[in-house]
Amino acid sequence: MTNLQPAHHAAGVNNKKWAIGFSTVVGVIFLLNVFVLPNSNTQVQRFFNAWFSLNSLAEIMIWILMALGLNIIVGYAGLLDLGYVAFWALGGYVAGWLMSPFLSQFQVNFFGNARVGFDQGIHFHVFLVLILGGVFTAIWGVIIGGPTLRLKSDYLALVTLGFGEIIPQFMLNGSNIFGLNVTNGAQGIGGLDQPNIFGYVMGTFALPQKFLMVSLMAGAMIFFSIRLRDGRLGRAWLAIREDELAASMMGVPLWRTKFSSYAIGAVGGGIGGVGFAILVGGVYADRFNFVISIIILAMVVLGGMGNVWGVVVGATLLAWVNSVGLVQVGQLINNTFDTKFNFPSYQFLLFGLLLVLMMLFRREGFLPEARMRMVMNEEKLEDLEKVTDDTKIGSH
Amino acid sequence: MTTVASGIARKRKFNTSEILLKISMYMVIAVVVYWLGFNLVNDPRAFIQVSINGINNGLLYALIALGYTLVYGIIELINFAHGDLFMLCSVFSFAILTELFGAKAPSTKNFALLLIVLLLTMTFGAIVNVTIERVAYRRLRNAPRLAPLITAVGMSFVLQWMGLKWVGSVPVNVNTVLPATRYQFGGIEIAFKTLVIFAVTIPILILFAFVVDKTRRGRAMRATAQDKDASRLMGINVNQTISFTFAIAGAAAGAAGIMWAQTIGTVSYNLGFQLGLIAFTSAVLGGVGNLYGAVLGGLLVGLIQAFNDGLAVGLGQRWSQTMVFTILILLMVYRPGGLLGQSSQEKV
Repeated sequence: MTNLQPAHHAAGVNNKKWAIGFSTVVGVIFLLNVFVLPNSNTQVQRFFNAWFSLNSLAEIMIWILMALGLNIIVGYAGLLDLGYVAFWALGGYVAGWLMSPFLSQFQVNFFGNARVGFDQGIHFHVFLVLILGGVFTAIWGVIIGGPTLRLKSDYLALVTLGFGEIIPQFMLNGSNIFGLNVTNGAQGIGGLDQPNIFGYVMGTFALPQKFLMVSLMAGAMIFFSIRLRDGRLGRAWLAIREDELAASMMGVPLWRTKFSSYAIGAVGGGIGGVGFAILVGGVYADRFNFVISIIILAMVVLGGMGNVWGVVVGATLLAWVNSVGLVQVGQLINNTFDTKFNFPSYQFLLFGLLLVLMMLFRREGFLPEARMRMVMNEEKLEDLEKVTDDTKIGSH
Repeated sequence: MTTVASGIARKRKFNTSEILLKISMYMVIAVVVYWLGFNLVNDPRAFIQVSINGINNGLLYALIALGYTLVYGIIELINFAHGDLFMLCSVFSFAILTELFGAKAPSTKNFALLLIVLLLTMTFGAIVNVTIERVAYRRLRNAPRLAPLITAVGMSFVLQWMGLKWVGSVPVNVNTVLPATRYQFGGIEIAFKTLVIFAVTIPILILFAFVVDKTRRGRAMRATAQDKDASRLMGINVNQTISFTFAIAGAAAGAAGIMWAQTIGTVSYNLGFQLGLIAFTSAVLGGVGNLYGAVLGGLLVGLIQAFNDGLAVGLGQRWSQTMVFTILILLMVYRPGGLLGQSSQEKV
């Protein structure tokens, strides 16, 4: 098989192109916030703070990371995961455990940057925490996926939904597990270490630097998403997504391939969780709810399942709408037309309708790949031999 | 697809992982039996008391689970919106009975109103569910599996939003028309509300079982579930049959909704998510697609939840939800087909 590499001659060129484009955008935002905005007049500052605050932009990068992770599961392998927030929570708590004075039974410092006077607890270097966060969530992906991936795909949706509820609930109730305070309950774990990257310490107000860091993480995720997709494993995922039976006939090991997609997809959530925890300086259990899972899913669906760029655009758009767009546009409309709509309360309707309408009218998303478009509109093709259901009602 | 795939899989002898799975299953069962037995010996009276509360909730779960199982049986869709339909029905009953008719205290007139609103709520549930099917799911019947599932999730959000706009974001207390009377039977208390739940849900469950099992419509439903194309050739109106199934499911959710509002005494917009998951667990526990399985599963989940919340030796209410999901996940590992269903494991 080694000599049967696919002809992706263009891939290298494309990689360079997107890398340049992505770094340009990130660089412009960084420079704008470091050099231009502090010296501009208050009106410009106010506009940027309201519509494109650096905080929201950094959060967008986290959302991109998350959406790309979910895209590996939903978009590449075609498995529906409705509890992706569990990985976010797990990643966040890894950061909480390994980078803060919280676990005061221990006193470990491994290249960490503990604040002065907070030596107790575990303090690892931020890179190590990122890696461990990824590994930890991958293990959980294996635990969740292991028993369920053998079942029908709908059951996976349900079990992931269950885990998406259990894990945040565990975090919320985890202040007393057999007498141990594991997660500090609803208060969460605050006061994370300030990351020390090659001697540069990111303080509380180093938002542009933090933005740069999460952008790098998102960029890396884009890179890996593209490379994985073109690789042997990625092609196996796409084959399974399109036709399991045909794929298994061609020698694709179904279970192992699905399994790997689930574990690798989980890593994105874990790393994103660590990044988010560093960004806000702590991890709080009540943030992790079902709505987050659905928003990430909507991002993947909106942009186009399986297409990295579609997902990036979808994530950017929806994350912006969710954090500032809905409030700001709402205010603008209310001020202009003198109305009193409470726009943020339409969040549920927005995301719900988005999912329904996309599935009804543009299943492949707004920026689909040609391949996905064909998969999602299969019913329109000539397909006379529909395989029928074999479930029965009642015990007959 | 299942049958073709399973044909390829070679039959293997028992391997270690299967044996380990079996052993761990027996261990889980042993732990549960020990836990229940200990509590029974410890305080038999409390055990029976808690069981009655469990059956009380379990009957409501069964009504909701019925909707999941019917819909899954006929179009193989996990209708994620069903829990929220139940929520919307409970809100509807609150708006009509408590707000519009002003029935806030026990009286003969209000009991009559309760019965009328029960019918109204069931109709409401049926109409909403049929509308959802007509607008969203029908177009996606031949689409890839992912599409209707995502649509159902979206629909659930839309319904939640409706509930949010209707009652607001905080749970609302309902002044029930049912008196808080409690009867003593040899040291065991049974609330009047529990009796009402028995009196309302059991006939409804029997009625639905009768419809599916004995009537012409029911036969059409079962035929459609088995093979849509063949049913169409036999002169069954498949679309109408599926609509009818959704109507029954919606009516069951409606009955559960009004009963919940009247007995538990609160309605809130995010009730559906929780209850939907519990009900789906019940449906899976009984064997999804199996009508009696849903009822059995609902009762079992209600009992387990009540044991966990109410018994002296238990994890307590904090872990109630986790307990239900743990059941779901254990089921997926050990018996994905449920207690009364066939194995639905896809050989991969």
